[in-house]
Amino acid sequence: MKESIHTAFVRTRLRRAIWDKAMVYVLSLCAFGILLVLFIILGHLFIQGVTSLNLDFFIHLPKPVGEAGGGMANGIAGTFTLLLLAICVGVPVGLGSGVYLSEYADLRFAQVVRFMSDVMNGIPSIVYGIFAYIVCVLPMKGFSALSGGFALGIMMIPMITRTSEQFVRMVPPQLREAGLALGIPKWRVTLDIVIPSALAGITTGVMVALARVAGETAPLLFTAFGNNYWQRSLTQPIAALPLQVFNYAISPFDDWHRQAWAGAIVLILMVLIINGWAQFFVMSRNRWSSGK
Amino acid sequence: MSRHDTSDIVFRRILAVFPISILILVAGIFFELIWSSLPSLNKFGVGFLFSRVWDPVAENFGALPFIFGTCVTSLVALLLAIPIGVGAAIYLAEYAPPKVSKTISILVDLLAAIPSVIYGLWGIFVLVPFMRNSVQPFLGKFLGFLPFFQGPNYGVGFLAASFILAIIIVPFIISVSREVLIAVPSVYKESAYALGATRWEAIFNIVLSYGKVGILGAVILALGRAIGETMAVTMIIGNNVVISPSLFSPGYTLASVLANEFSEADTSMYLSALIEIGLVLFLVSIIVNILARILIWSVTKGPSEIIK
Repeated sequence: MKESIHTAFVRTRLRRAIWDKAMVYVLSLCAFGILLVLFIILGHLFIQGVTSLNLDFFIHLPKPVGEAGGGMANGIAGTFTLLLLAICVGVPVGLGSGVYLSEYADLRFAQVVRFMSDVMNGIPSIVYGIFAYIVCVLPMKGFSALSGGFALGIMMIPMITRTSEQFVRMVPPQLREAGLALGIPKWRVTLDIVIPSALAGITTGVMVALARVAGETAPLLFTAFGNNYWQRSLTQPIAALPLQVFNYAISPFDDWHRQAWAGAIVLILMVLIINGWAQFFVMSRNRWSSGK
Repeated sequence: MSRHDTSDIVFRRILAVFPISILILVAGIFFELIWSSLPSLNKFGVGFLFSRVWDPVAENFGALPFIFGTCVTSLVALLLAIPIGVGAAIYLAEYAPPKVSKTISILVDLLAAIPSVIYGLWGIFVLVPFMRNSVQPFLGKFLGFLPFFQGPNYGVGFLAASFILAIIIVPFIISVSREVLIAVPSVYKESAYALGATRWEAIFNIVLSYGKVGILGAVILALGRAIGETMAVTMIIGNNVVISPSLFSPGYTLASVLANEFSEADTSMYLSALIEIGLVLFLVSIIVNILARILIWSVTKGPSEIIK
């Protein structure tokens, strides 16, 4: 009797130990499996992209079907134009809200706005496209760069609001008190001391938001619409790199598929460079604060 | 002194315009969507959600095939992504050495930064042929007795879209669950060790059950992403208005019908029906997000406030 209890105990202990060891492998397999998928995707992107990329891609307009060559110069320029327009919408509202939430808002109001920004962050990007279509494209009677920039801009607002609030809040209260003690009104303290101190962090937040909307396609489908030529004014349809990648990818032509891969690698490099730049701002900020 | 006060009040008022504009914006999106879909709302009523007819020529519209497609692709994507995502999060939070964990987390964030149109491109040229030539014949051969894996094999369809969605949402599940798991106070785990639990037993019985609400929040957040994901799905789902039990069948989702047909809508009723689909998408994503926030807050906020 005693013996069998002992063997049962040993068996259970062995089973528990094996289970314990096995799970380490299962769980690490999950993590490294995902890395494998990442490398497969980036690998395809890199190989296909680099072999189809050439100088023409950056300096030429798209060619009609059947003609070899051509590029997406207008798409690259268009994406930058759209991002500039988006900054004009997203940064004032986002930064203003962030600063207000950190410096002035009472608790209840701040919570409501924060919650609404989180909700806004979760709204599918195509819904922003519909909204921009209703409030910009319909009244202006046509697709335009302005409506595309507006759609991307309002998508940036919630992200910038949250990050800039966070970074403004991190400014040490002593800096504010020092300013107030000198008799400077609070609004000057906010503008001249608090915001400049948090500037590196705020810039990082803006860059991250920019990287996020740079690759967005869905909100541009029926706002910026795309254009095979150089756009002459902001009230006309404008080309954008993600849109061109989309249109070329779903086309039946091999030559366009190659262009789509080239566009994709330029797009991902753009997103990664903006993201990396953002990290650089965070690092320079940390150096500043640790050097004190 | 009073000059300072007035200038301060003016500044404060000006600044307050911005956060208020956020509230107005959300309300405005809601209002505009309802206003523009009124013709369709009036004509089809609630039946819009339950009708399976989508006939732009006869101006008869129902959203059921798209709701079906969104539900199927999101749920299958969750089924694929949850075990792998939570498993990876446990590995990163509990097992991996700090440096490995940090490196993998950065790479996972990289996965989240890839624009969805690039996932779609990769899907068209790599995933779809792979599904057509390997995965779907295999599933048809061994699980073909199930209605989910029958029918012609095109490569594009619900299954391919679910795969790409799973890849897109996995980074969200990992990063949020990892945060939730790290927030579990280590005292609980140490108590389990003291009682003789193995590492896995402590994680499974203590850490996971403490963090399950937060992980559920992460999953619901990922569900929100999956429902709203447009480009990648549009590019590989096959764009076919159908309700079919087979995952091999080409289909449509709420978001992808918008992407495909919105700029072609030639009549006001057609446009209004599409905007109503946008309204459905808006409402569903808001409900899902609110639910997820509440769940995540209830976990990560609690402990961090105690520490303060």
